[in-house]
Amino acid sequence: MNATAPPPSARLLGGRIPYVEGPLKVTGRAEYTDDIQRPGMLVGRVLRAPWPHARLVALDVSRARALPGVYAVLTGEKYPTPFGVLPITHDETAIAVGKSRYIGDIIAAVAAQDERTAEAALALIRAEVEPLPEYSDPRMGVQPVAEPIHARGLNGSNIQKEVLQHFGDVDAAFAGAAHTARVRGTFAGVTHAFTEPLVTIAESTPDGRLTVWSATQVPHYLHRALAEVLGIPMHRIRVVKPEVGGGFGGKSDPLPHEIVCAALAIETGRPVKVLFDREDVFYTNHGRHPTQNDVKIALDRDGNIVAYDIEALIDGGAWSSFGTVTTYYNGVLSMGPYRVPNFRYKGRRVYTTKPPSGAMRAHGGTNLRYSIELALDILAEETGVDPFDLRLRNALPPNSVTVNQFRITSTSFRECLEAVRAKSGWAEKFRRLPYGRGIGLGCGFYISGSNSPIHFTPKMPQSTVHLKVDMDGGIAVHSMQADIGQGSNTLLAAIVAEVVGVDLERVHVQRVDSDVSPIDLGSYSSRVTFMMGNAAKAAAESLLVPLLEAAAQLLGTTPDRVAVGHERYYRRDAPEQGVTFLEALHGAMETRGALTASGNYRSPSMGGSFKGARAGTAPAYSFAAYVAELAVDVETGEYKVEKIWAAFDCGRALNRLAVEGQIQGSIHMGLGQVMGESMNYRGARLFNPSLLEYKIPMPQQMPDVEILLVGKDDPEGPFGAKEAGEGPLIATLPAVGNALYDAIGVRFTELPITPDRVLRGLDLRAKEGRPWKGH
Amino acid sequence: MSEAGLLRMRLNGHPVVAPCEPARILLDLLRDDLHLTGTKRGCDLGTCGCCTVLVDGRPTLSCLTLARLADGHDVTTIEGISPPQGLSPVQRAFVESGATQCGFCTPGFIVTATALLRDHPHPSRAEIERAIAGNLCRCTGYTKIVEAIATAAKDGA
Repeated sequence: MNATAPPPSARLLGGRIPYVEGPLKVTGRAEYTDDIQRPGMLVGRVLRAPWPHARLVALDVSRARALPGVYAVLTGEKYPTPFGVLPITHDETAIAVGKSRYIGDIIAAVAAQDERTAEAALALIRAEVEPLPEYSDPRMGVQPVAEPIHARGLNGSNIQKEVLQHFGDVDAAFAGAAHTARVRGTFAGVTHAFTEPLVTIAESTPDGRLTVWSATQVPHYLHRALAEVLGIPMHRIRVVKPEVGGGFGGKSDPLPHEIVCAALAIETGRPVKVLFDREDVFYTNHGRHPTQNDVKIALDRDGNIVAYDIEALIDGGAWSSFGTVTTYYNGVLSMGPYRVPNFRYKGRRVYTTKPPSGAMRAHGGTNLRYSIELALDILAEETGVDPFDLRLRNALPPNSVTVNQFRITSTSFRECLEAVRAKSGWAEKFRRLPYGRGIGLGCGFYISGSNSPIHFTPKMPQSTVHLKVDMDGGIAVHSMQADIGQGSNTLLAAIVAEVVGVDLERVHVQRVDSDVSPIDLGSYSSRVTFMMGNAAKAAAESLLVPLLEAAAQLLGTTPDRVAVGHERYYRRDAPEQGVTFLEALHGAMETRGALTASGNYRSPSMGGSFKGARAGTAPAYSFAAYVAELAVDVETGEYKVEKIWAAFDCGRALNRLAVEGQIQGSIHMGLGQVMGESMNYRGARLFNPSLLEYKIPMPQQMPDVEILLVGKDDPEGPFGAKEAGEGPLIATLPAVGNALYDAIGVRFTELPITPDRVLRGLDLRAKEGRPWKGH
Repeated sequence: MSEAGLLRMRLNGHPVVAPCEPARILLDLLRDDLHLTGTKRGCDLGTCGCCTVLVDGRPTLSCLTLARLADGHDVTTIEGISPPQGLSPVQRAFVESGATQCGFCTPGFIVTATALLRDHPHPSRAEIERAIAGNLCRCTGYTKIVEAIATAAKDGA
């Protein structure tokens, strides 16, 4: 039997559905951007600034241009239109104009016949610059500065975004509180480290059109940015997304090299490929922001949370990217999974002369959550309450509204807590394991699709899916959702197959191509299952209408009396009387030829009317409760997370194989951030731009993961589903942090928690004369 | 090399003669000159394993290997491991276990796992983890990859 053959029953959803493109990926036949060859293709290369911050006085490119084999040399002035992923903060240019803002900023680009010539040309470019002050720490930029990194910084400072929110009366709540706890967390920046480097191919053709193939997770935003910067109407640009080798947020901004590549193609009239090496990818970054946060939580005498008071100082790097969203999320994503009646937040994201930070898996949700969950553990200990009981008491109920007017519909957070408490053997282990062994609880909460599309002009649906079926009986699916490995193509195909009642192998999800794919806002904010899933369901239901009509006619009944079987439609009143899918299809085609159908999704109106009210609103939220058990070697400071019990509420898991994969992968990525990953800067210089020195957990460091899917159906999710792509990362970090405390009695508030920090923590505890479990 | 600038090797079971500069890297030769794009370029530094091929049956990082060192040797890429129709047992196990996500690291894992199971048909979990320690996957947390290799071993790959 073929590996991808569907199970005999057409009831796919809720089962384990192997990825539809799996056979192509395991044979090396899946086509990624770098695998595409175009005739006469040139090599594009970029020149990066070696200075943290510099005024570009003059760039002499004459010798580079004169080098044989060089087809074009570009500097910033040719395409100076600023762009950025958020329409309100366009502060990037394809190539630096006037000044460069970090080590690695692109200051020129060449297209040449081959790599060697391109590199030689770059070496011939001479730059005259005036050094400007380096701002490597966000604290250096919160006051007015001599040379703001961007003119749009707040009041002459480097503050890119400041958020001040206050709901209820936090001061009064703290004044009347029975217990308070405070955690000041420091978090190194981390990066996506997707395995496929950034790569783009562009080709400008004599018909006046531009085609761009790119490793992107948001083809539509790239499409918009290309049109804006290049001054070409969108309908003359075609964006194609081949297979993408991982994104995790790092391929969601339109990136400068994508525009540079297109510009070089226009300049030369030849296809151009810009392929980044790993160092380029590290300098492009857009990873998780280095952050300092200060979280204060107040409880009343009964153990109810009465207030949060949160501050965050966020190191943005050289550009805005998603930073305005980041700044909001570092506060407002504290609204679950607990009930918080009073809330105050001051968040500032500050430009620095470092590679830009941006959106990374569980964007805005991890660092804040780490500090909150540690503070809750401190409060549980102080009040003599089990950490589970404290959280159960404060669990946000279903069908409620938060103090900042987030609409909460489904939540199985309580069920997550109960399941993971029982499975982990918590009662026998917490504070009872021998010295050096520990167990810890951490929880999570994340959006299931941003309610607020980044681009809402025109006011179109967030997701649209088109279907076409011709006499061959294959269903072609078009959508601009971007499968980057999470399995969205598989889910799209399975939803269509489920609704239409056909085998999965009949459904062919087409490559994203803006010429034929209807717009979907792409893969970010954990929106695809929820939004594309609903659009796919609507499209398939629409496709089913003429099929049932034709079947009814053939069966001598009415469509409402026809049921959907497996590759078959039959009379409800006489199930033995039916027609095959193909008979119904061919019947339906007699009057209209090939069938087409369209479905879309638009999230309901929600959120308050205050400034920033939309940030963090989502049609649904995921919830998590994880327990980690670990063992610390107190001589070396090394520790091994041996087991994680992961209870997750993603509503109904439509493809359990994919949901498990997302949870396992999220835990791996979360362990990376808590245990060792760090963008290491000395001043503004990144010191570890390689996968050798940027430490991602090895297979041997991966714990045994027991997944507990306890979610109940979400009322608005497709077939009851919610997200499982980002939320599963969040709880990993505090579960480990709290387990370390249980093991050795040290609260770690600086991430990553490397062995040297563990040893330092043990030394400090010894000096304080604070024994733990008799040691 | 036997002739100036010409490299002779057995590639995926067939003799191949290819022009090759002395400093040509095996990965570049395979991908750019011979258009065998199943072997992936992830880091150019030997840190990710996406470029793994077999040289005389041994998993080798093609991004760190001078092409001329393959002169006179057997080179097997993911294309050579894949049967003309269908999938190898290791490939089938990867598909059925959901061990691919983005798939970019997958060819390297398949190559490594195929060599492992050829030499150690019944590896322990620790042996599987050690064998794949040079292959980076950022999507799966390795869990389903280890499961797939164990499944392929059980099924007698």
